[in-house]
Amino acid sequence: MKTLEEIHSIRENKRRELDLRVNTKADTREKHILVCHGTGCTSSKSPQILENFRKILEEKNIENVRVIITGCFGLCAKGPIVIIRPEDTFYSNVRPEDCEEIIQTHIVEGKRVERLLCKDIDGKIVNSLDELNFYKKQKRIALKNCGVINPQDIEEYIAFDGYRALERVLREMTQDEVIDEIKKSGLRGRGGAGFPTGKKWELTKSYKSEQKYVVCNADEGDPGAFMDRSILEGDPHSVLEAMEIAGFAIGANKGYIYVRAEYPIAVKRLKIAIKQAREYGLLGKNIFNTGFDFDVEIRLGAGAFVCGEETALLESIEGKRGQPRIKPPYPAESGLWGKPTLINNVETFANITQIILKGADWFSTIGTENSKGTKVFALGGNVNNIGLVEVPMGTTLREIVYDIGGGIPNGREFKAAQTGGPSGGCIPKEHLDTPIDYESLKEIGSMMGSGGLIVMDDTKCMVSLAKFYLQFTVSESCGKCTPCRIGTKRMLEILERLCDGEADEYDVYKLEKLAVSIKKSSICGLGQSAPNPVISTLKYFRDEFREHAIQKECRALECQAVSKIEIDEEKCKACGLCQKRCPVSAIEGEGREKRKINQDKCIKCGTCIATCPFHAIGN
Amino acid sequence: MEEKLVTLTIDGESIKVKEGTTILQAAKKAGIDIPTLCFLKDINEVGDCRMCIVEVEGRRGFATSCIEKVKEGMVVHTHTPNVLEARRVILDLIISNHHKDCLTCTRSGNCELQVLATKFNVLNVEYPGEMSKHRIDDKSPAIVRDFNKCILCRRCVATCKNVQGIGAIDCINRGFESCISTVGDHSLNDVNCTFCGQCIQSCPTGALHEKESLNEVWVKLKDPDTYVVVQTAPSIRVALGEEFGMDIGTNVEEKMITALKRLGFDKVFDTNTGADFTIMEEANEFVERFKAEDNLPMMTSCCPGWVRYIEENYPELLPHLSSCKSPHQMFGALIKSYYAKKENIDPSKIYVVSVMPCIAKKFERERPEMKNNGLYDVDNVITTRELAKMIKQANINFEKLEDSKFDDPMGEATGAGAIFGTTGGVMEAALRTAQDLLTGKDLDRINFEAVRGGKGIKKATVNIAGKEIKVVAASGLKNARKILEEIKQGKADYQFIEIMACPGGCIMGGGQPIKSSKIRSEVDVRKLRAESLYTIDEKSTIRKSHENPVLKKIYKDYLEEPGSYRAHKLLHTHYQERPKYNFET
Amino acid sequence: MEEKNDENKDEFLEELIKTYLPHKDNLIQMLNEVQEHYGYIPMHAQKCLSEYLNIPMAEIYGVVTFYSRFSLEPQGKYKISVCLGTACFVKGSQKIMDRLTERLKIKPGETTKDGMFTIEETRCVGACGLAPVFTVNGEVYGKASVQKLDQVLDELMKK
Repeated sequence: MKTLEEIHSIRENKRRELDLRVNTKADTREKHILVCHGTGCTSSKSPQILENFRKILEEKNIENVRVIITGCFGLCAKGPIVIIRPEDTFYSNVRPEDCEEIIQTHIVEGKRVERLLCKDIDGKIVNSLDELNFYKKQKRIALKNCGVINPQDIEEYIAFDGYRALERVLREMTQDEVIDEIKKSGLRGRGGAGFPTGKKWELTKSYKSEQKYVVCNADEGDPGAFMDRSILEGDPHSVLEAMEIAGFAIGANKGYIYVRAEYPIAVKRLKIAIKQAREYGLLGKNIFNTGFDFDVEIRLGAGAFVCGEETALLESIEGKRGQPRIKPPYPAESGLWGKPTLINNVETFANITQIILKGADWFSTIGTENSKGTKVFALGGNVNNIGLVEVPMGTTLREIVYDIGGGIPNGREFKAAQTGGPSGGCIPKEHLDTPIDYESLKEIGSMMGSGGLIVMDDTKCMVSLAKFYLQFTVSESCGKCTPCRIGTKRMLEILERLCDGEADEYDVYKLEKLAVSIKKSSICGLGQSAPNPVISTLKYFRDEFREHAIQKECRALECQAVSKIEIDEEKCKACGLCQKRCPVSAIEGEGREKRKINQDKCIKCGTCIATCPFHAIGN
Repeated sequence: MEEKLVTLTIDGESIKVKEGTTILQAAKKAGIDIPTLCFLKDINEVGDCRMCIVEVEGRRGFATSCIEKVKEGMVVHTHTPNVLEARRVILDLIISNHHKDCLTCTRSGNCELQVLATKFNVLNVEYPGEMSKHRIDDKSPAIVRDFNKCILCRRCVATCKNVQGIGAIDCINRGFESCISTVGDHSLNDVNCTFCGQCIQSCPTGALHEKESLNEVWVKLKDPDTYVVVQTAPSIRVALGEEFGMDIGTNVEEKMITALKRLGFDKVFDTNTGADFTIMEEANEFVERFKAEDNLPMMTSCCPGWVRYIEENYPELLPHLSSCKSPHQMFGALIKSYYAKKENIDPSKIYVVSVMPCIAKKFERERPEMKNNGLYDVDNVITTRELAKMIKQANINFEKLEDSKFDDPMGEATGAGAIFGTTGGVMEAALRTAQDLLTGKDLDRINFEAVRGGKGIKKATVNIAGKEIKVVAASGLKNARKILEEIKQGKADYQFIEIMACPGGCIMGGGQPIKSSKIRSEVDVRKLRAESLYTIDEKSTIRKSHENPVLKKIYKDYLEEPGSYRAHKLLHTHYQERPKYNFET
Repeated sequence: MEEKNDENKDEFLEELIKTYLPHKDNLIQMLNEVQEHYGYIPMHAQKCLSEYLNIPMAEIYGVVTFYSRFSLEPQGKYKISVCLGTACFVKGSQKIMDRLTERLKIKPGETTKDGMFTIEETRCVGACGLAPVFTVNGEVYGKASVQKLDQVLDELMKK
């Protein structure tokens, strides 16, 4: 247990000590080697890198250099990432065997290891993080501490204003003042639907009950989305602190974090954070001597996308099958074990402390009229800078894909971006300049979702993409209500037939009709949004559906049954390269003969297309 | 406290209903029947099937009318084109994954899905596709599970888990693969199922039904070498008529007897007489145990579902069970001993058929303890529904049948035997006899109102011969559990306990005519059938079992006295601890 | 009754029961530990939890079969998971999965008869920067291809 004074002095001292993390001109002789320990970098051996650094430093007896674990820096495509502060040198794609050289050259000799310096898309060598285009248009609020502090050290969190918001709330504000501040900020739920957070808090407070709960939804299930995980891995205390603030505001003293068991690193860091917070008296009884009690428990999910739906999540916390409940009543009235329950997702919570500290007025200057603040996206797919980005609401898709994401690799063309995962939709080229906020995305048939943003180039078949999402929904449907349980399966079957060239135009009509019906009659958000990928692809890429149905053709050559790869005789120079690479020997012709593809043998793998130096092969 | 009223409009009708009413209930009040499928009043109100969706003005999606409560000023539309289209699609989807062998389905004509399909004119399946395939479980002697016909309404699960507190079945897997299953898809025979059959009563389709055995009866009836005797439980006569379109609870005893004779049974006896024997033995056993304070409270043992339940769940309490067999088993044993001897018939040539409102009786009949001299007391148990089928198969116009009486010498029964069919009835019948036994007088007190009625647990204190006897009658296994827990924790001070597995007693047994969700939500079926039994009792000239002249004669001529050696051999049994889950883990 | 239960309990389950209160809401947490320990959820563990938490076995079975992390069968020595998250899918992970099922002749969620391999579909292992990825017993193979998969499989088969 620490007294308030002790916390204050930790903050002061530690902040001074860590100035080099955020100030390139910090007055210090120390150096910090930051090694990203997000899941992405961890899976490319960053723990080994960390260990090597420590070992070498010890062997060389080097002092004043500390090696620090941090959360995700965001630019996962360049991982594993190592940053040396205060000079802010950015080493990318570091391998464990590079550590020796980095220590010797950078630390000992004071020079930079040129070959490991990060290069931007244009090939320009980047000296520091801020120079990267990737970071230029970003604004970090939720990710403020990610990549800056050691998430396993509560004192580092405290150093950067940690638990100061809680202190202010508990000591200086009333419940209503806190709620008003959140309302005024315009913060909306970052889990997908965008319900105003302050209003949710107010509603939950309004129901009288001896026992209420705060639940953090960390069951991030969108395939290809890892925003929440990165926050938990990089800055777990910011979520704990916000949950406590929410608990105070609504009158709850117990919180649950429902997190996927598939996120072992996040779980581990959360456990450490909870333990440390309890030790420092920042969680538990009589926090800051104000009489406010609050404790948090972790509940592990066990692999069910539907548990991201708030009522299914509650069922799962109660130890049951994650089947959604019918609303109303909403959790604010009757949630966990029938008690009023506030459920917010990780990213929503990650904004709270900043709103309290910097004020609603500051927060509401960021973003668009109805969507305030920033949004974190997991940018992936056919884009150069795959990674985690946080941008002000209202940033256009073009800015994200081209300025931050560095455009489409391999010289291919942008075809569509998918937001909102299995609940969202595809955004075609003509809407690249749509500002990203809740309403605009909805207007063009997609949705914000939790923040997955997948970019697709012109080699992607939209029918096949719709099929992919429906496969996901079908396997993740809980099976409770008829439209979702059987309806999505029937949609998938139609899509499969389309991809196999066995469907006709009437099937496309039926698909659309069914989609609309499922959307309207399903119980929960999963079912209601399951048809979205189909509806939106139909909206923008109907031609492709018709081609599959009528001409039995897949222009992207992704659907094998309806793809036909042919060699343009005009362009073929009979080099034979395609023949050599074809894995099934489907290409016929000898010597100077123009090559031909035996359609019976061809498996449409596309190897020949990529191989042909004369671009003679295509559909 | 004054109840608040809410005014709302449904399909243009303005109505006032109590606050807290659901849209579905409110519509019913306005004379509008919103279609439902998964809804089962008070048991399964979950909104899964989506048939009951309606439009509420100012709302984006549909409202789930079986769950959502009315609000002041709400404007509801129950059959807009949107709603109708959505319902048609839902129905289409359900049917697309339903094995449509209606012609060969036991529930054809009494299937809620069929009714809806007709109503919504589903002429062909718009969205055909892969269908779920399930193994049919017919291993148990009582219940068949054919989940190829299951529509995932989960009414059975809610009944088994929430009403009965058993949980033998539950929803497993997820999405399209979801289905209702036992643990590891083992047979109901090998899990904690008690064969109460309430799941069958809840099932809107033919996914759950009794293991029918009426065909064997037909064979035996046509066999000249077999002497086929039938006995009918008290509850059959007040329910059988429903299968022929008569009002719920109509007493058709006399037509039923005629029908049975027409079917060709050599003798038609009344299990009510068997019930009188049970009372004689049980009341006697109770009086002795009461005097000796031996293993009190004593619990009734005439319900086989309940017996299986206690054997599986509370074996340590088995000594509290009365050792009496159930009425039809006692009666079967007497038919093959006393009656056979009297009529000089080879007992091995006698085939006893029991018509029961019960599913578990099919299991009870097969228990090895239920044998005497190597012969089963009862050779076949058919349900009320099976009997109705036989009558129909025999081309009998039931409504037009003349009246008949049960055959002598075992046809005479008391009013006490009749009320065995309802919860509290066994207790009341036993008290009538026990009070006379304890006081040695013929007391005027006949009715014990405290143990009547539909409540799941009915407690009463009865003063007999200056002694207070605390009794309780519970129906529904979840209620049984409450009583057993009280005993286990030493909190119970009862001396006599009646338990019936089915909520409401045998009249609501798993083998009785199946009532649709709609009827169950509009009519108190239990009450109507029970009232009919109490009327039989009221009209009986003899209302105490021990005054039944048939009994007196048989005891005098054959059994000697209640609890005698022969009575024990024929009319009593013993119990055994059973594993709840009987499979290799 | 006590003795009868013992056949369901081994040391691990004894310990597990000691760490959790017999509250129904602990079911999933306990199942997670059971899965972790045995690599699957054996029936005897379900029976043990059923008795301890007073939940019917059918309900526990319903929970086990609902969550994809729980499996009813023992897993293979090598558990190969192909990420079918969108980021990986867009980069062709389906082809890797197809190749895997073709070579091992089992479907996702199944284990080869010799108990060597289990194939699994996973949704995002969080290494989108390395897409497409597959993992073998948790070790991530990034920027994967059919060729890379073949290599890894060949090596594992040799072992």
